Amino acid sequence: MATATAQPANKTASSDVERRMLRQMLLIRHFEEKAAEAYALGKIGGFCHLYIGQEAVAVGSLAALRDDDYVISSYREHGQALVRGVSPNAVMAELFGKATGCSKGKGGSMHLFDAEKRFMGGHGIVGGHIPLAAGIGFAIRYRGGDQVCLCYFGEAAVNIGAFHEALNMASVYKLPVIFCCENNRYGMGTAFERVAAVTDVVEHACSYDMAAELVDGMDALAVYDATRRAVERARKRGHPTLLEVRTYRYMGHSMSDPLHGVYRTKEEVEEQRKRDPISQLAMKLKEEGTLDQPGLDALDAEIRAEVEEAVRFADASPDPDPAELTTHVLAD
Amino acid sequence: MATLTYRDALNQALREEMQRDPDVFLIGEEVGVYQGAYKVSRGLLEEFGPTRVVDTPIAELGFAGIGVGAAMAGLRPVVEFMTWNFAVLALDQIVNSAAKMLYESGGQIPVPIVFRGPNGAALQLAAQHSQAWESWLAHIPGLKVVAPATPADAKGLLKSAIRDNNPVIVLEGEMLYNVKGNVPEGEHVVPLGRADVKRPGRDVTIVCHSKTVSVALKAAEQLAEHEGVSAEVLDLRSLRPLDEAAILESVGRTNRAVVVEEGWPHCGIGAQVVDVIQRDAFDQLDAPVLRVTQADVPMPYNKQLERLAKPSVERVVAAARRTLYLD
Repeated sequence: MATATAQPANKTASSDVERRMLRQMLLIRHFEEKAAEAYALGKIGGFCHLYIGQEAVAVGSLAALRDDDYVISSYREHGQALVRGVSPNAVMAELFGKATGCSKGKGGSMHLFDAEKRFMGGHGIVGGHIPLAAGIGFAIRYRGGDQVCLCYFGEAAVNIGAFHEALNMASVYKLPVIFCCENNRYGMGTAFERVAAVTDVVEHACSYDMAAELVDGMDALAVYDATRRAVERARKRGHPTLLEVRTYRYMGHSMSDPLHGVYRTKEEVEEQRKRDPISQLAMKLKEEGTLDQPGLDALDAEIRAEVEEAVRFADASPDPDPAELTTHVLAD
Repeated sequence: MATLTYRDALNQALREEMQRDPDVFLIGEEVGVYQGAYKVSRGLLEEFGPTRVVDTPIAELGFAGIGVGAAMAGLRPVVEFMTWNFAVLALDQIVNSAAKMLYESGGQIPVPIVFRGPNGAALQLAAQHSQAWESWLAHIPGLKVVAPATPADAKGLLKSAIRDNNPVIVLEGEMLYNVKGNVPEGEHVVPLGRADVKRPGRDVTIVCHSKTVSVALKAAEQLAEHEGVSAEVLDLRSLRPLDEAAILESVGRTNRAVVVEEGWPHCGIGAQVVDVIQRDAFDQLDAPVLRVTQADVPMPYNKQLERLAKPSVERVVAAARRTLYLD
């Protein structure tokens, strides 16, 4: 049953969906650029992992989901939260640690939550949330629902036990989970091939008798198509899928790190930028005649204004009340 | 009132709660076909089927995480660890996922889950299989921790744990499963966070929980018989939240205390109890508070050495005598 091969993209997205994807990718890009600025100004603290370069993964995959599906992610999750519909204001305010943040200022960059959008967090321990995704899939199956759970993690999480335990059980119990590995090549500063005996993540699906697909993560439409196939497998048959989405982060691992550091070259980063997911989709829409340059400029300006507004909102929002220190430790 | 073993009291609690609430399910190693490594889940697979009584691979981190994820989506899992020694592999899910989810989500995602299984030393199982984990777990905000000593408390506390909207750790005494006692039938719920006087007394309070309750009761008997000392045995039952009021009330009357536990002395539960007493009952104390714990060593296999390592009736009696300056 394991099909660890790349499939040709069907490119089934309508032009409306494509335009929405472009908009969402621009939103992530400009949001993250603003977050970097705010971090440099000391308005955002702690660890802050940006998604620039990886936009096509969140945008393509989330376009394949329904509102009642579940999403769970690691700590590089700003983009996924935004695409899932958590407002830029609420995400930026959370990065600023404000009371109006989507986790009331208690989670920060790594712990974005929105229960209403079924965005089940940002989780900070590498691989730790992969079993949680299986558990959400378990609950779906338990109740006989046809929802799915989409779980994002980086390729470095593939070396941790939680990944293997979760994939095995998801396959044994037939859980409707899509394990979406965003392979951006580096776990912090360690190239995957330096620490992984098997460097094609999709191959791991064979060990767990699971369907798998290798996907070009710089192409939002390819990600969309692959995710649609995985969603259908999960929704109709309750079977999990492992997607390996090959992508690239332009920035350092976190805001504490230099852009390319000593573990990769500036040239490599520049080379990857030539396949920029936003430029690619914008080019396609222009070629198809569904978008022209003034239209793109207007869209870009609109999104920049939206992000500016998010920063203004976060800045103006109050800190949590001191009494919030001791709330939400235990539920009633 | 029926006479039941501790094991069957737990089984009754599980059965009743699964009958009451279809969202409650049991997951763990050997809980289904094998009927439970310690037979706590006997008959449940037959009654509730494999969707609600779920056998797992030997993958503590993985199935604990499945439990937490299911709780995030609104179910009420009971996760059984074959022993708490193996649950150490799942600590990431207990500590980083279950205990923190509500807080870091700003109150949006409660995790109503029970993690349960045998805790503490049995007989000659050697160092890796003979550990008491309560101080590790009770350290964590966001968790509740209980450690019942009797069949009635086992049933009542497990039922409360399952109904609670938080992650609750239920530490069952590995040596207690065969212990018999009276258990109220049907709706018998023991509130979390409430200690219980198992034997009233006037001269010294012996604070204990789980298996050490029987040690304390025997010590109290000997003290009464041989020394004319009236010892009160206070069973904490819950380690988090800790019933500080009950500790202070008892020590306020007896003016002396001995704290007994199966864990190691360093940063143990007893250290926390002593802190409560010195802080809020300082002026009522007539003697330093003493502790009886496991020896500060990994558990040896040899029977004689193991006996020396465990908290014993003799050591509790000796500690109580010292608080009364009888030596």
